[in-house]
Amino acid sequence: MLSEFVDGKRLAGRLLPSSFFMLSCMILSFIFIDAKPAYTLPLSHPGSVRAIPAFARKYGLPCSACHTAWPELNWFGQAFRDNGYQLMNDRDSPIWQNPSFFPITFRITPNWHRENTNHQAVDSIPGDGAGSVLVDGTVRQHGFDLSGFDLWTAGTLFKNISFSLLPSADSTGAFHFENAFVRFDNLFNSRWVNLRFGKFELDNLISEKRFLFLSANGGIYQLYHFVPVGDSNTFGLGDNQLGLELAGHSINSYTRYSVALLSSNDGQVGLPANRGYDTYLTFSQAFQVGSLGLQRFGAYAYIGERPTFSQTTSGTLIPGTGMGNKSFYRVGFSGDFFFGKFEFLPLYMHGHDNVFLGTATPSNQPLLPGARAPSWNGGFVETHYYYSPQLVLTQRVEIIRMAQQAFPSTPAAAGDPSIPDNQGNINAYSVGFRWYPIMFSRAGLSWHNEFSIVKSIGIVPLSGSGNGLPPLSPTAGVWSNSVFTGLDFDF
Amino acid sequence: MKRKPVFAALFAASLILLFATRPTECFAQIDIHIHTATNTMESHIHGLTGEAFGDGQGRPDVGAQLYRRYCIGCHGPNGDGSGENAMWFDPTMGFAKPRDFTLAVFKCRSTPTGTLPTEEDLFDSVTRGFVNTNMPSWRPLTEQERANLIAMVKAFSPRWQAEKPGAPITIPPETAPTVESILHGRELFDKIQCWKCHGPEGRGDGPSALTLTDTKGNPIRPYDFTTGERFKCGASNQDLYRIFMTGLDGTPMPSFSDNIKPEEAWDLVHFLRTLQVTLKTPELATFQTWLKGHPNTLKPIGQEVP
Repeated sequence: MLSEFVDGKRLAGRLLPSSFFMLSCMILSFIFIDAKPAYTLPLSHPGSVRAIPAFARKYGLPCSACHTAWPELNWFGQAFRDNGYQLMNDRDSPIWQNPSFFPITFRITPNWHRENTNHQAVDSIPGDGAGSVLVDGTVRQHGFDLSGFDLWTAGTLFKNISFSLLPSADSTGAFHFENAFVRFDNLFNSRWVNLRFGKFELDNLISEKRFLFLSANGGIYQLYHFVPVGDSNTFGLGDNQLGLELAGHSINSYTRYSVALLSSNDGQVGLPANRGYDTYLTFSQAFQVGSLGLQRFGAYAYIGERPTFSQTTSGTLIPGTGMGNKSFYRVGFSGDFFFGKFEFLPLYMHGHDNVFLGTATPSNQPLLPGARAPSWNGGFVETHYYYSPQLVLTQRVEIIRMAQQAFPSTPAAAGDPSIPDNQGNINAYSVGFRWYPIMFSRAGLSWHNEFSIVKSIGIVPLSGSGNGLPPLSPTAGVWSNSVFTGLDFDF
Repeated sequence: MKRKPVFAALFAASLILLFATRPTECFAQIDIHIHTATNTMESHIHGLTGEAFGDGQGRPDVGAQLYRRYCIGCHGPNGDGSGENAMWFDPTMGFAKPRDFTLAVFKCRSTPTGTLPTEEDLFDSVTRGFVNTNMPSWRPLTEQERANLIAMVKAFSPRWQAEKPGAPITIPPETAPTVESILHGRELFDKIQCWKCHGPEGRGDGPSALTLTDTKGNPIRPYDFTTGERFKCGASNQDLYRIFMTGLDGTPMPSFSDNIKPEEAWDLVHFLRTLQVTLKTPELATFQTWLKGHPNTLKPIGQEVP
């Protein structure tokens, strides 16, 4: 009986039919994409994604010890991260490491992808901008490509002093610092006091940096980057931010909290816009629920402000001098639930922007008639099925609905601005699988396959590189889909 | 129609990828060799976990999956400590080799030397980890998952079929950590020659330290009391008492249960606490206060009588 679970030959035998199943999924994806028109955009790595074979090499643990399916962390990996990349033994300090050990990892994903988007405003005669009129058309792109590239080093500088530095490039090789921080761990000999300083990922219970989707449409949580039509806010909950974080956790990381003070520049370096500060609060608690294992609930609140105008010189904006700050917030709750081999990741968010942000109006100028503070609700449920540590099936359903637009759909007077009630609404769905033909403590390779589709009303799709075109009609349902297959490797 | 060649090429490439490049060292495809019959691969520690399956057994199927996910890299598919990373643990650098479960010899036990540990002992070891090795604390796993892992660990050795765990030793109530107790513990430390391995100041640098090996012939270092925050098998005075009354099987650290009386063992515990100079224990404070009033009184440890 036991051998059914552990006998390698039988397991290998099972993998063969599963391989055919994977191929079937891939073929179905190809068929499926022709069912809907779609579009797309040049691919960049959807947020730099995180998995560190360097740690596996340092501690001799296989990828699966810290990851449900890399790059997503399991509870042990989360505790390791919470401890400042330490196992909390007497061997965490780098003085114990072989001098030739260098904690660095590379990640990139050579891939083939196909993108389709309909209801795009294109010239009626391609190449003849002057003689054409804009007509409703479909943009389709496909080909072999590269993802972005991560060159990541992280670890400990000393016992209880950890660091991370992640220069990350887009697919053209243009680098930026995705994160760079130093963290003082276990201050006052307490797990509840850890201080991080620099640029880092927000403590989201459901991480966009370590998730299992890579395609242009599926490779972001729409909610983490959504702003209403006409809004001047630049904030994205999925963007790494610059600031200071106080975080803590219980000995097993079942209880976790984080309080962050962040610069109001959405993680952009060089103080490009503002001199204000935001706050992010998170709390989560995990419970052992019988044979189902560990279930985690969490809540979060981001309270921020953005400038509505800046100091200028001869009419030219002076960077970093934003003023007339107006507030916004994102609040909600999330969870991480296991039912056998199924993992469910639900998230709910309520968003609200000040009326000046929502209407992109400088606060030293009067608002247009009918202006209101926009608000919206959204959520998603992501599901993973872990057939084995080497094969995971994924899917995600996501919905965003505007609760209140910045202007009413029916203005009080003719000529006043208006926005259709449903403009900006989004429905998104992604499905895929990742197969890890090798998984050990030196490197990782995954064959990633994904199909994702997004319907957005009257707006440029959020996905891809952002080069999409707005539809001709503000009520048009823009369908955008992606097919992605690639070899995601990390060394 | 134009897309068909592209899809055909991708399909063919996928087939090649799947069937032509199947790796041979993928751990999920390695046999895990079990030496014990399935019906003995169980753990009865539902009292710890609060969970009971059937008659209280652990979950062998889940235990095997967990072992493959978390443990196989070091302990290996055969449970003999020869995982893919074992070769990189250098005992001369202070990194102990992974445990060989096929021998069923365990350091941290509540049972007499030479006997099998209780399941609670194994559970505690998995929960606590080993502070001076790469074996981490697996506390983030649920208690039931840890219990299931114990079931898996037991399956690697036939000893678990042939023998029963020893009876846990009785730990009497701790005596007061007085200066008299500490001084008597110091005499014992000298008399039973703890210093030969651990050194006169407990730095793990005794004259025998560099010659020590474990039962598999790997070099092993004595514990350095002056730098360690925790002991290998716990952090409390009770844990320390248990360590030298049961011994650390598989290592040169013997059981002293036949050499010293229980109350003397507490004296030794109190003295060993004074060696932890970085922790500033209460016993150390008591001892230092006494030393200020009695300079040059004590005979140095390790001066053998000619």
